Amino acid sequence: MSDVALKGAPASAPVPARVETPFRRFVSEFCESKVAVGGAIVFAVIALVAIFAPWIAPQNPYDLAQLDIMDGRMEPGTVGGAGFTYWLGTDDQGRDMMSGIMYGLRISLMVGAGSALIACIVGASLGLLAAYAGKKTDTVIMRLVDLQLSFPSILVALMILAFLGKGIMNVVIALVIVEWAYYARTVRGTALVERRREYIEAAQCLALPTHRILFRHLLPNCLPPLIVVATMQVARAIALEATLSFLGLGVPITEPSLGLLIANGYEYMLSGKYWISFYPGIALLITIVSINLMGDQLRDVLNPRLKK
Amino acid sequence: MTVYLVRRLIQALFVVLAMSIIVFVGIYGIGDPVEILISPDADQIERERAVAALGLDLPLWEQYLVFLGNALKGDLGRSFVFNEPALKLILQRMPATMELAFGAMFLSILIGLPLGLYAGLKPDSPVSKGIMAGSILGFSLPTFWVGLMLIMVFAVQLGWLPSTGRGETCSVLGFVGLQPCSEGLQWSFLTWDGLRHMAMPALNLALFKISLVIRLTRAGVRETMLMDYVKFARAKGLSRSRVTFVHVFKNILIPVVTVVGLELGSTIAFSVVTESVFAWPGMGKLIIDSINVLDRPVIVAYLMIIVLLFITINLIVDLTYSMLDPRVRLETKGT
Amino acid sequence: MASLAAAVTGCYNAGQEMLPGRLGMKRMKQRQTGAATMLVAAGVALAAGQAAAQTANIAVGAPVTSIDPHYHQLSPNNAVADIIFDRLVNTDPQSRNIPGLALEWRAVEPTVWEFKLRPNVRFHNGNAFTADDVAFTLQRLPNVPNSPSSFAAYSRTMSRIEIVDPLTIRFHTPQPYPLLPLDMTNVRIVDKETAENATTEDFNSLRAAAGTGPYRAVAHRNGDRIEFERWDGYWGERAPFQRVNYRMVTNDAARTAALLAGDVDLIDQVPTSDVARLRQDQRVRLAEQVGLRLIFLGLDHLRPANENSPYVTDNDGRPLGRNPLADVRVRRALSMAIDRRAIVDRVMEGAAVPANQFLPQGVFGHVGDLPAIPYDPDGARRLLAEAGYPQGFRIQLNGPNDRYINDARIIQAIGQMWTRIGVRTAVEAQPWTTFVGRAGRSEYSSFLIGWGSNPDGSHPLRNILATVNRDRGWGASNRGRYSNPQVDAMLLESLSELNEARRGELIVGAMRIAMEDVAVVPIHIQTNIWATRRGFEYTASVEELTLAQNLRPAPR
Repeated sequence: MSDVALKGAPASAPVPARVETPFRRFVSEFCESKVAVGGAIVFAVIALVAIFAPWIAPQNPYDLAQLDIMDGRMEPGTVGGAGFTYWLGTDDQGRDMMSGIMYGLRISLMVGAGSALIACIVGASLGLLAAYAGKKTDTVIMRLVDLQLSFPSILVALMILAFLGKGIMNVVIALVIVEWAYYARTVRGTALVERRREYIEAAQCLALPTHRILFRHLLPNCLPPLIVVATMQVARAIALEATLSFLGLGVPITEPSLGLLIANGYEYMLSGKYWISFYPGIALLITIVSINLMGDQLRDVLNPRLKK
Repeated sequence: MTVYLVRRLIQALFVVLAMSIIVFVGIYGIGDPVEILISPDADQIERERAVAALGLDLPLWEQYLVFLGNALKGDLGRSFVFNEPALKLILQRMPATMELAFGAMFLSILIGLPLGLYAGLKPDSPVSKGIMAGSILGFSLPTFWVGLMLIMVFAVQLGWLPSTGRGETCSVLGFVGLQPCSEGLQWSFLTWDGLRHMAMPALNLALFKISLVIRLTRAGVRETMLMDYVKFARAKGLSRSRVTFVHVFKNILIPVVTVVGLELGSTIAFSVVTESVFAWPGMGKLIIDSINVLDRPVIVAYLMIIVLLFITINLIVDLTYSMLDPRVRLETKGT
Repeated sequence: MASLAAAVTGCYNAGQEMLPGRLGMKRMKQRQTGAATMLVAAGVALAAGQAAAQTANIAVGAPVTSIDPHYHQLSPNNAVADIIFDRLVNTDPQSRNIPGLALEWRAVEPTVWEFKLRPNVRFHNGNAFTADDVAFTLQRLPNVPNSPSSFAAYSRTMSRIEIVDPLTIRFHTPQPYPLLPLDMTNVRIVDKETAENATTEDFNSLRAAAGTGPYRAVAHRNGDRIEFERWDGYWGERAPFQRVNYRMVTNDAARTAALLAGDVDLIDQVPTSDVARLRQDQRVRLAEQVGLRLIFLGLDHLRPANENSPYVTDNDGRPLGRNPLADVRVRRALSMAIDRRAIVDRVMEGAAVPANQFLPQGVFGHVGDLPAIPYDPDGARRLLAEAGYPQGFRIQLNGPNDRYINDARIIQAIGQMWTRIGVRTAVEAQPWTTFVGRAGRSEYSSFLIGWGSNPDGSHPLRNILATVNRDRGWGASNRGRYSNPQVDAMLLESLSELNEARRGELIVGAMRIAMEDVAVVPIHIQTNIWATRRGFEYTASVEELTLAQNLRPAPR
């Protein structure tokens, strides 16, 4: 490991020709932090709940025929007309909050992770390209970033969703368009510094193909800030989706995500019916915190310059 | 340097042009402003009159050319809703948003930087873990929800702070006694009542940034502390505080400056939610109201101003970058 | 870093210390110029008891876009105009016509209305009010530049304006026109001398905003607040407050919070979710009145029986080949399937009354003996079977989500109810901006929308139930494209009938036919709710306008 400490040495993580598999090393390093492992376990549980929601939820909250407004806004623990207990209460439409949260998790995770992943791929590629190619390419891409960042995300989303109509896929598309620029800008900033380092020059002297230099050499060294941004952007994506839903532009009202559940309950907060907004809020919080705990440790593990 | 600036300005012009076209087409795609603005009981003749009065009877490209022609003369059009020049409306609202955004930035640096430094220098202490947990909470909570919680706790339950609005304002010249307070650009931070009104929205807006600054600072500190030059400085026998504040601090400033600079622009542009929760009469609220009624001249003018603002901020960030990190050189053609 | 922070804090403290002195100076200056500052108001407010009679703070939910009373036909603007200006015919809280700037009015001939004007009325600038001002106002209506929704319709019905003497004015119309006094309740009279050549901007900057109303505007910050002061020369009852701050707080929860925190004394558009709690709260008093806004469903009448309606399919999602909504039995079934009581109680939390027609009881055009629509899911299923849909069909119900109180919740509830009678309903709520255009082009099969009526049955008939006809100006909001020659004929006759009794028969008759034909599906009529702090009292009105003059200190 001593070579890593040398300034500007090539990235250690994905370099081939190593006897110990990188993955195993990565796992053992990740497990050094108990908090991160805890986060991963919580996240795994949440993901499982989300995936198996249709089989474990007491009610299908998206089927209007199963809802009854006469069961609306019931307190947690009330037994409803359908004969089962609403452990977390019901919302204004008589939707079981527990089922709603399980189904909502599915949508929020799908939207949040999906859009962050796609935006990250698109944004990081463009950012790398801008930094590496420089000149015209850099100019075009960075002006595009300026253009993108100049639009309030809500306006962009409003326009996109007005063209495409509502729906989960369209929300993802809107979020990707809103977010890619952050990744591009971040990666470019780091890559600008990195690409002047000796190892890139060395790679260039070896006449390695551009894509190889970009993705095998430059990218791994740009990862730490990218991961910081990405973990925040997953949270941001979920929150933005909530805001879009809050403004009535997100997912359809009959298929609420966590964000929409919170938004729906928002106006009942003051009148004491806290559970409509509170429990989805807690679910959202736990989800995001667990993702971030993992992200924190990932960053430490993946950062080649942070090795002890 | 001059060449560089001129080139950036020309690029900016293209960005503004492209943006205005996109907004024109975009709003055209969303809906018809007259449908939204007109009184429901207006008959067909009145509807046609309104369409013509707002210049919406022309084909879209012609409307755009009219707009462009006026824009070159410095006229960005009149608001459909307020019947006042769009630019004037926005400038009227600008101080409110600016002081909110700067207040939030100020808070985020003031709170975020020391906490991040501490967490980075003593990563294993319980306090640092608490700070990091807090920072995770800070950007996990949806803004509108936090805003309402703040109102519920500090205004309704405790009654310490006013719930909404901007409170009393004063102009800078009025503050120093040269003219009545009510004339000129109005600022809240010049009056005690205004500051009290500003506290909650600024904190609400700052919450996300504080977390961001904490995390960036901590990440930077942790990385930098392992750098050879830091080790070298320590080995040389420099005091810990000198190493921290001179060597480490200078290096972590780069990412923090970038992000804070970038975030200043986005804080201004995205203060929409905070402004509507706290009924803060800034540009963000104006733009959301304008979008709701498709007040195109205001939307276009607002976005043009925001684009210019972003370009300026990006430019400043890039310039600062090059000053702080000599490894980054400004690109000029032919070099 | 730390020293920098300390320096900044130091500056702040210094600034604050210096504050009172400066403000004191400023206070003097402004008193001299006659404009009392907010500070004075705030200072007085501290002296609790007396303060109530001096200053009132109002938070309204809808933004006022202009002070020009003829620029934009929009409720919040009209409310502010009704505080500053007067009309020839004012309205009482029940929306009945009462003398305003006119003392009396009558049709001296079938085509001539004569208005006797109130003597000794002065505008806020001291000018005397005369017939010239009325004539000028009516001429100004169609000539406000860039108006997105003008008041021109109210002067377009006149062929000639005749000033008989300074206090008598006659309006000539081509045909007998019974609605002219009602029209005059929408026209705010401005001062000819001030408003001649004045632009909307001049009104917004208050240079031209001189009216005859109980309060005069002294400060205006666009989209934020308007400040009023009592007009001591008012012709009517003296306004109760020296000063009124009229703030716009569009966020519902924030408005309630401001009231509970004691920052404002009156709020309008109380969110239904807060009504139950506020009713319990000792610090707050509610003022409620059933309004004139009907929430209803529009149905696709445009496609004939043998064509597809855009959002109706069979149970497998295939086109039906016919439009079931063209069959009155289907329409009736859909109406009977709705549990209006449940919607009012559960979704609206009591802030509405179930409706079977456009206007509430006691308003001209209300059909007295129209039976309430029963909630009868079994009967609805039978009717569907009779109409040839024993297995029901699929439909998409559209609606806005930011326009009417609980709009998105109502359509979900209706979706539940329709699904239970076998009409599987998908619910789609959109922002008004995208919704209204598509509804206007009749792109939906069924949609929720609202209508705030004038207190006269001809208003909804003409705009929503009459066949779309550009020349007559009918059916401009008939988004379902309902058309019934019988309704049209009776409406046409009523529009030139000066005998109120006969006109009433025609309007009620036309309304009955349309409602029995289920032209639209009425859901409920909204209740207008205001909330005041204790010590204040607000007179709730049928109109949704929030008027400063309706707020007064509560009698002790």
